[in-house]
Amino acid sequence: MPFYQFLFRPKNELEKGGRTPDPQTAEDSELAKQCPACGSRLPLSMVWEQANTCTCGYHFRMNARQRLQCITDPGSFQERDANLTASDALVFPGYQKKLATMRTSCRELEGVLCGRATISNRPCAIFVMEPYFMMGSMGMAVGEKITRLFEYAQKERLPVVGFTASGGARMQEGLLSLMQMAKTSGAIRQFSDDGGFYLTILTDPTTGGVTASFAMEGDLILAEPGATVGFAGARVVEQTTKRKLPDNFQKAEFMLQHGFVDGIVSRKNQRNVIGKLLELHRREDQP
Amino acid sequence: MSASAYERVRAAREKNRPTSLDYIGALFGTFLECHGDRRFADDPAIVGGIAELQGRPVTVIAIEKGHTTKEHLYRNFGAPNPEGYRKALRLMGQAEKFHRPVICFVDTSGAFCGIGAEERGQGQAIAESMSTMMGLQVPVLSIVIGEGGSGGALALCVADQVWMLENAIYSVISPEGCASILWRDAEKAAEAAECLKLTADSALEFGLIEEVIPEFQGNHEQTCALLQQKISAWLHQSQSLHCGQYAQRRFNRFRKIGTDFVQNAK
Repeated sequence: MPFYQFLFRPKNELEKGGRTPDPQTAEDSELAKQCPACGSRLPLSMVWEQANTCTCGYHFRMNARQRLQCITDPGSFQERDANLTASDALVFPGYQKKLATMRTSCRELEGVLCGRATISNRPCAIFVMEPYFMMGSMGMAVGEKITRLFEYAQKERLPVVGFTASGGARMQEGLLSLMQMAKTSGAIRQFSDDGGFYLTILTDPTTGGVTASFAMEGDLILAEPGATVGFAGARVVEQTTKRKLPDNFQKAEFMLQHGFVDGIVSRKNQRNVIGKLLELHRREDQP
Repeated sequence: MSASAYERVRAAREKNRPTSLDYIGALFGTFLECHGDRRFADDPAIVGGIAELQGRPVTVIAIEKGHTTKEHLYRNFGAPNPEGYRKALRLMGQAEKFHRPVICFVDTSGAFCGIGAEERGQGQAIAESMSTMMGLQVPVLSIVIGEGGSGGALALCVADQVWMLENAIYSVISPEGCASILWRDAEKAAEAAECLKLTADSALEFGLIEEVIPEFQGNHEQTCALLQQKISAWLHQSQSLHCGQYAQRRFNRFRKIGTDFVQNAK
């Protein structure tokens, strides 16, 4: 930084132009959160302390940065491709505006955070999808970031830990977004053929094109209690079949019962379980 | 004058449009159908088997809609269940074992949305299909002959080359679905179709497919004659690769998709 810039650098938040309010705190301005499962009202500070879960065991949705803070060792996360975005290739009506709104309200540029971190002192490549950014939908930027992360992990001989949360492929990018399913699947296959370990944790909601690609391609697949996991939307299934859906339809427990996840792990235990799994899958040639 | 996007959608869904079995009948000398995924059931929405193309054995996998109402019901309107994709996986595995090229015909509004399909892991079946196709060490060709509906179509489109018929469509979501999400009005499907760029010409423009096959105003014989010629040429040209190169070349094809449109924000 040249000297004159240093002199006139912003010295506090106001000089930087102020902060946009966090969507989560704005929404919960009464400083309490009501649990939809047990109905109790919990002070926000308590919810935060318990990693966004209720005392009854209900898991609230969580934004990606907060999740990283909960799961990775303090200060260990180094973000990669933080500024990667995609242009509006289809010139889709309203897409630019929607992106701008999302970027302001989420304070993220895209629907996934990728990087390198340690969990219980075990190094790994990690991606966390952002459920509040257009429902974590997968466009070209998300597909490219995840593909690059697997390529990086393959080169560095690191395991990959992925938290999925997505409504599926991003409609506004048309076929180009659909193709990201194939692209990420290909990258994961190469990573896997090379002996890499990939662990997915399915969080609420993991649906559509993400379920039908990298969410289901983990060597091990874990899920958060009560997370919605499925391919088609429940409402679409109800309309198509005209039948009442089972109570736990497309919940993590339903997926466990039908043999599509290895286990359900509550947020409280995730750090330990993931750390242990990384340790058990360590490689001789790993840094 | 070229047709509008929604006219293409209508044409792709046209009741009398030739289905996969019509193409299989016209293109291949013999076709022996193989049933069942060996795990749960046989899915009539996906037809698979071994065929002969000018004396050469190939594996054919096709999504079939059927022509009459009875056939539609039997084929579930061309909406595959997980066991359909798992049957395809089984046949692809055999194709690789016996060094047969794989040719897929795609015509579906999408993978089936049902309770059973979810219970048996529709998402996992599609993911596994893509992942397996990505690694196949034989030539793979996919042809979208009618509707290429989202993940259900992509599951059989992870190929070395993807071709589309002139009036076929290939889309991330149905125009009706897109319109109801965007404008809460499924009636605006025609506008949505335009926005989604789901025609063969658009897909070619974005570099997502290799060829658009003309339909000669619905002259099926002429289309098939051209297809036969093009498939033979493709087969001939694909054979020159060494065994280990097929998968890498296929991955490279998909790896570059979208990279022209991503950049680091300032």
